[in-house]
Amino acid sequence: MTSKVAFRVLQSLGLLLCLMFSFAAPSFAQSDPKPLINALAKADFGEAEKLIGQLAATGDARLVPALNAFSEGDLYFRKSDNLVFIGKAAGSGYELIDPVTGASVGQAAKSAVTKIKINNSLRRVIRSAMGGLTLMSPDRGVRLQAADAVLRSPSAENLELLETAIAKETDREVKARMEEARAVSLLSSDRSVDEKRAAIQTIKNYGGRNAIGILMGASASLDPSLKGDVNAAIASIESGQRLWDMAQNVWYGLSLGSVLLLAAIGLAITFGVMGIINMAHGEMVMLGAYSTFVVQQVIRENAPGLFDWSLAIALPVAFLVTGAVGLVIERGVIRFLYGRPLETLLATWGVSLILQQTIRSIFGPTNQEVGNPSWMSGSFPVGGMTITWNRLWIIAFSLSIFVALLVVMKKSSFGLNMRAVTQNRRMASSMGIRTPWVDAFTFALGSGIAGIAGVALSQIDNVSPNLGQSYIIDSFMVVVFGGVGNLWGTLVGALSLGVLNKFLEPSVGAVLGKILVLVLIILFIQKRPRGLFALKGRAVDA
Amino acid sequence: MTFKSKLGGALLAAVMSATALQGAFAADDTIKIGVLHSLSGTMAISETTLKDVMLMLVEEQNKKGGVLGKKLEAVVVDPASDWPLFAEKARQLISKDKVAAVFGCWTSSSRKSVLPVFEELNSILFYPVQYEGEESSRNIFYTGAAPNQQAIPAVDYLAKEEGVKRWVLAGTDYVYPQTTNKILKAYLMSKGVAESDIMVNYTPFGHSDWQTIVSDIKKFGSAGKKTAVVSTINGDANVPFYKELGNQGIKAEDIPVVAFSVGEEELAGLDTKPLVGHLAAWNYFQSVDADVNAEFIKEWHAFTKNDKRVTNDPMEAAYIGFNAWVKAVEAAGTTNTDAVLDSIIGVSVPNLSGGTSTVMPNHHITKPVLIGEIQADGQFDIVQETAPVVGDEWSDYLPDSKNLISDWRKPMSCGNFNVATGKCGGKGS
Repeated sequence: MTSKVAFRVLQSLGLLLCLMFSFAAPSFAQSDPKPLINALAKADFGEAEKLIGQLAATGDARLVPALNAFSEGDLYFRKSDNLVFIGKAAGSGYELIDPVTGASVGQAAKSAVTKIKINNSLRRVIRSAMGGLTLMSPDRGVRLQAADAVLRSPSAENLELLETAIAKETDREVKARMEEARAVSLLSSDRSVDEKRAAIQTIKNYGGRNAIGILMGASASLDPSLKGDVNAAIASIESGQRLWDMAQNVWYGLSLGSVLLLAAIGLAITFGVMGIINMAHGEMVMLGAYSTFVVQQVIRENAPGLFDWSLAIALPVAFLVTGAVGLVIERGVIRFLYGRPLETLLATWGVSLILQQTIRSIFGPTNQEVGNPSWMSGSFPVGGMTITWNRLWIIAFSLSIFVALLVVMKKSSFGLNMRAVTQNRRMASSMGIRTPWVDAFTFALGSGIAGIAGVALSQIDNVSPNLGQSYIIDSFMVVVFGGVGNLWGTLVGALSLGVLNKFLEPSVGAVLGKILVLVLIILFIQKRPRGLFALKGRAVDA
Repeated sequence: MTFKSKLGGALLAAVMSATALQGAFAADDTIKIGVLHSLSGTMAISETTLKDVMLMLVEEQNKKGGVLGKKLEAVVVDPASDWPLFAEKARQLISKDKVAAVFGCWTSSSRKSVLPVFEELNSILFYPVQYEGEESSRNIFYTGAAPNQQAIPAVDYLAKEEGVKRWVLAGTDYVYPQTTNKILKAYLMSKGVAESDIMVNYTPFGHSDWQTIVSDIKKFGSAGKKTAVVSTINGDANVPFYKELGNQGIKAEDIPVVAFSVGEEELAGLDTKPLVGHLAAWNYFQSVDADVNAEFIKEWHAFTKNDKRVTNDPMEAAYIGFNAWVKAVEAAGTTNTDAVLDSIIGVSVPNLSGGTSTVMPNHHITKPVLIGEIQADGQFDIVQETAPVVGDEWSDYLPDSKNLISDWRKPMSCGNFNVATGKCGGKGS
């Protein structure tokens, strides 16, 4: 009895909602979409596609949450009665939500419901259907999303809807997007040749890679008289795109360069300034990345709200951890080996293996998941190119580390001591500088910087015990190419190698590109053995 | 001379196998099996898990009373991701530890390194990872997928269900991706795909800067035809690849990626939310809905004392290989290599997807092909399951190997029988 009453209430609520949304699609009859949704329980992919089409044809905006849940894989049917619900994970089971009214209808155990399967082609159909249903939402953001959705999966069925929406639209940006979506949808419809010609112009002005794709895709089915227009439009977009492609390539190069800079900048101190062939440098980067992982783990368990700050917290932690490890290595091993480069090389290589296996024993050999904070995910367009947030941050980050290091070296008293010791150890010692401690802290600084680099690299690479190995060769390459002992050389070296790599890659491929860069560096070193920016004066032979 | 040396070799082998046999029996009532997986170095990330699985299987078998009334004993060695060391350790396992069979290797390079050792010392290797085919050895059983058990059904799925017309074949630059892509390209072209609609791209091991390649894929995909990426990218390079895809906003609805080397274990190091809908093709997923699988997962969690540990396809392949060997040894009544090689062909054991797998005369096994879509929780949602497929060692789509078959039953006993010339021998002999 009570359930019947509840049903009535729900029904009238639904009716109310219908009335509220009826302005959205005045021309469509309001029939109950429930049977259509419930039919999804037993439908295969093909049938489901048809059902979604029918759901979209009702024009009923109440269906949006259900469709959204379907595409997210949150739609379930109850095994006992084959009724379809939106499921929200709650405790060990699901909270079931009515797909139309959005009202909660109680809990269900995991075994009592079955997830309705979804695949990519269904997701596309849903995206297009949802676009159609939300085109006239009162929320500007939703309308913009809807226009985007229709633009990405155009279908001639949305055409009339789009035209109604455009007539009502007041926001300029949304309207422009809708016009584009209309133009794209129009190409696959049976409208007149003249209308299609105008649509091609609209798409041409829209520009970008997507426009080329749309035009090329549509050109096969278009009227032959339009072929010329299509080709002209594609040619014009492509010529505009060429410069952007170039800019994009430079950007990729700078971004790769900044990664190289990050990896090499610690080595520029330990190898460049101190002359230690430090094969354990990569492992310092790895330790920094693992510090990030541990910090994130702690935050996840204790204060999930701070997750977006995890990297900022990880920075000092990583610096201190790797700096301390560096200090121990210098005091424990390297100080006995100054002036014996071969032994240093072997000893630090041994240290690197020990560190790797230690981490493997503690954390296991598998990759650890280091999350991207929300401000480091996704991308944004600049003209005809795409810039991803994480790369942008990494470039900014590596440059600021570089500047900070430069300031320490040039402006602080520790930097002064450091330079004094490297330039003339005995003189510095005579002036009262405790050279062994300067050595130790210089090595710790280099290691600490490598650790900071590890925090940034954990965002784009695997966090596994092998992380360091993939950077050690590149780091040495950058430092040697840039000029040993010169921070500016490391900067210029890293960025130019990055850009060079990215300009070689499209034409010769990633494998050959890497080899060519190596060959070019070898040739360059033959010509200028001291790298790009050679140190002059006494320090060279000290 | 050659006759003599051959005779000498045969004698040596006979003596060796006799001693191996003796060793196996002599040791106080245990049968030793070798576990040859890297526990350090780059491959440790994947192989350590398989070592654990083998130890678990041995423990389970011993609880059931062992084999032939004897306890099994696993001899674990660490070849440290170093290919020549694999051969050395294999030799040590067979000659010194006198193991009855070896379970191990990951990557074709390691398998090719130990192959001559197993043939020379006449022992048995079970190789549990998908590979490129084009090989058949009397002493090796390939329980991972051959290209027709993974790559070709995946491509068929994309063409049929997603209407893909344009293909990017992206892989790491070594033998498995190269051969698989060669087979796929020949297959696609035989299905009428134009060469201009196929883009092949190789990257070095551990490639981490995917910006250019992902934007190339985007560009290639904007030609108005439905595009998909078939990825044979190996190991660690996958994580930055998927991260870049997610960041550049390539959604599975637009350009789906189907991967042959990405399983539950690889996804464990990754935030999978931006990857939902991308695909993988395997013969097993942890999400398979079968009682035997639920049982296996339970045992695995109990054995590792960690209920977050995932299961994956090579684990299933190891499971099938181990059980097939046990059954063959019990049928033969001995662990003698020749007897087991005879008795194992035709042996059927349950696989973890709820069916059975049979060891075929070509030393490959039958198993169904599953296509799964990545879910937000790092598991796969199975969108297609085929009937069991027989592994095809010599691809029918490569001109060099299309006439070759392999049948290790007597009297043929040939790994590369040419059906056109009617002779044993040819490529790979």
